[in-house]
Amino acid sequence: MKINKILIAEPSPIVSAGLFRFLEDSNQLQVVSVVDNVDDLNDKMIIYTPDILIVNPLMMGYTNNNIIRQINQNYPDTICIALVTTFIDKNLLKYFKETIELSDNKQKVTNKIFALLNNNDESSSQNESVDLSNRETDVLICVAKGMTNKDISDMLNISVHTVITHRKNIVKKTGIKSVSGLTVYALLNNLVEESEIYE
Amino acid sequence: MVSYELFSEKTKMAELVISNPKLMLTLSRFGIDLGFGDHCVKEVCDKANVSSAFFLLICNLYTNSDYVPSCEELDSVDIDTILSYLSVSHRYYVEERIPHIEHHLNRIIEACPERFGKTLKRFFNEYKNEVANHFRYEEETVFPYINSLCDDSAKKQFSIREFESNHSNIEDKLGDLMNILIKYLPADIFPKERIEISFDIMDLSSDLNCHTLVEERVLVPFVELLERKCYENK
Repeated sequence: MKINKILIAEPSPIVSAGLFRFLEDSNQLQVVSVVDNVDDLNDKMIIYTPDILIVNPLMMGYTNNNIIRQINQNYPDTICIALVTTFIDKNLLKYFKETIELSDNKQKVTNKIFALLNNNDESSSQNESVDLSNRETDVLICVAKGMTNKDISDMLNISVHTVITHRKNIVKKTGIKSVSGLTVYALLNNLVEESEIYE
Repeated sequence: MVSYELFSEKTKMAELVISNPKLMLTLSRFGIDLGFGDHCVKEVCDKANVSSAFFLLICNLYTNSDYVPSCEELDSVDIDTILSYLSVSHRYYVEERIPHIEHHLNRIIEACPERFGKTLKRFFNEYKNEVANHFRYEEETVFPYINSLCDDSAKKQFSIREFESNHSNIEDKLGDLMNILIKYLPADIFPKERIEISFDIMDLSSDLNCHTLVEERVLVPFVELLERKCYENK
């Protein structure tokens, strides 16, 4: 079994000691070092090349993303996790694969870490586009017309599983969860006619 | 920043309301009016014949969503108080908040092209039905079950956990409505009214969230204790 090396970079000793305690029980994780400033961070990165770096973005200042960009570049195999303790620019978090918050409990922290270890390559390829793809639009139109997943899969010649994936993405992109809400959306965007929805 | 300070009986009522103005919306449900001068929570509650322990439970839950009442705190309230508060809240949503939002929404609907307006109206009517059904289920099925536990006539056909898992989510559609109003309705339709109604929807949505918290953190644990007592005796 592989033991994953973890480096913690966090200015507050209370927080880093707490996080250390969360991780020390797992026999697949080993915290190799805890640092509280950027210089030490760079040194220890060279020494250990950890599998996982858990770092408080505050250590790098509010807007300076150079350090984390460098780490991403120089250590492509290291998974960077942000340890968020206060308000932070959302854009900065793009450089991290995951965020750990102060309110997370032990279970949640370890779950997040193992989820990342298990699908190290899958998560990075998600598309971030906001507009619905053509296929998603097709599915949305069917949903608005009140069709079931099975109906949709038959009509579009795709698996039910694919239909569900499309529906999840539609909800994610539009922020609308209910079928009747999606119907309103489809109508407002002239994707369907009123006569097609309600008999 | 999260505040870990809870309100207590000695907190001044005015201080409590000013530190979390949302609580003003719950006062009427307890039959407490504004104008309490410098009196503390205990004094105001006593005067209005309200259990101050329960009142504080609600205020603390509404203010700190992480707050989990202790067993002693739960012990200090009785089930009638909880159920009547929940029923009053249901009525408050159905008879005051939702009609208020509907009234504003109707003005927007009138200004919309007809086909949009019709769909929006249908959407909102569906939402109203969903809420009404949800509350009716609680009042006609769940609450009587709880009462039957209290007078020891319950059969083991039901458990409060089951009820909690059946708990349909009545906040989703409100979120959808917000998204539609903010993102997708044509920009020129009643911009000012839309902003106002969005705030009303947010208030209702956060109030409903708190209402759910009261059910999860107060009602469910309380009833579980009752169930244990009731079924163990048999």
